[in-house]
Amino acid sequence: MKPDETQTATVRLLYFARLREALGREAEELVLPEGVATVGQLADFLRQRGDAWATELAAGRAVRVAVNQDMADSGTVIRGGEEIAFFPPVTGG
Amino acid sequence: MPVRVQTEDFDVGAEIARLRQGNPKVGAVASFVGIVRDLNDGDEVATLTLEHYPGMTEKSLEDIVSRAKQRWDIYDVLVVHRVGTLKPLDQIVLVVVTSAHRGESFKACEFLMDYLKTRAPFWKKEITPEGSRWVEARSSDDAAADRWS
Repeated sequence: MKPDETQTATVRLLYFARLREALGREAEELVLPEGVATVGQLADFLRQRGDAWATELAAGRAVRVAVNQDMADSGTVIRGGEEIAFFPPVTGG
Repeated sequence: MPVRVQTEDFDVGAEIARLRQGNPKVGAVASFVGIVRDLNDGDEVATLTLEHYPGMTEKSLEDIVSRAKQRWDIYDVLVVHRVGTLKPLDQIVLVVVTSAHRGESFKACEFLMDYLKTRAPFWKKEITPEGSRWVEARSSDDAAADRWS
């Protein structure tokens, strides 16, 4: 099922590490809700799902976001079609 | 490819030999090998599982390599990072830099590791006798990376 992007703007969300486990999913397709045009607004929308979403994405939690595999911040614009990943600070090496 | 993400172990000597092969301008090779310890934050570590973000991992490592090449007069760089389940004594990461003189490759090697630790999307989960836990990022790693900016 490939959504027609000319009609609905969708994004692919990915979750890694602690977030993947706490949220119980590693990926999802999301039709961009009305009024969601930035990473910060997307995080606000996801927090409204409650439970783990509210706690894991709470303002004080250290969560990083990448848009199309580049590090982003709350002001980064989303137009639809992006791959948006949420994850904790990295711990490789 | 200057950047590899793999589950298999690597042979440091063979990797260094391959990187400098046939280049008589290389007068210095600096390398760093990261290894799994059996203790972290006071707890025994039985195994370590490394997760990563396929695609972004390679992209971010390549970006770090090109920053190093812009900044120092170096010839070649190799970064190998393992993922999957590892145990104490296992090798995790290898960085190799070649240059004409030692100063450039020493500095670039340290820079590459500092940036890798704070920017490349890898996450470690430790299995200890008390259960499993995600390793927390360290502010000392951020401070180490900030030295270069």
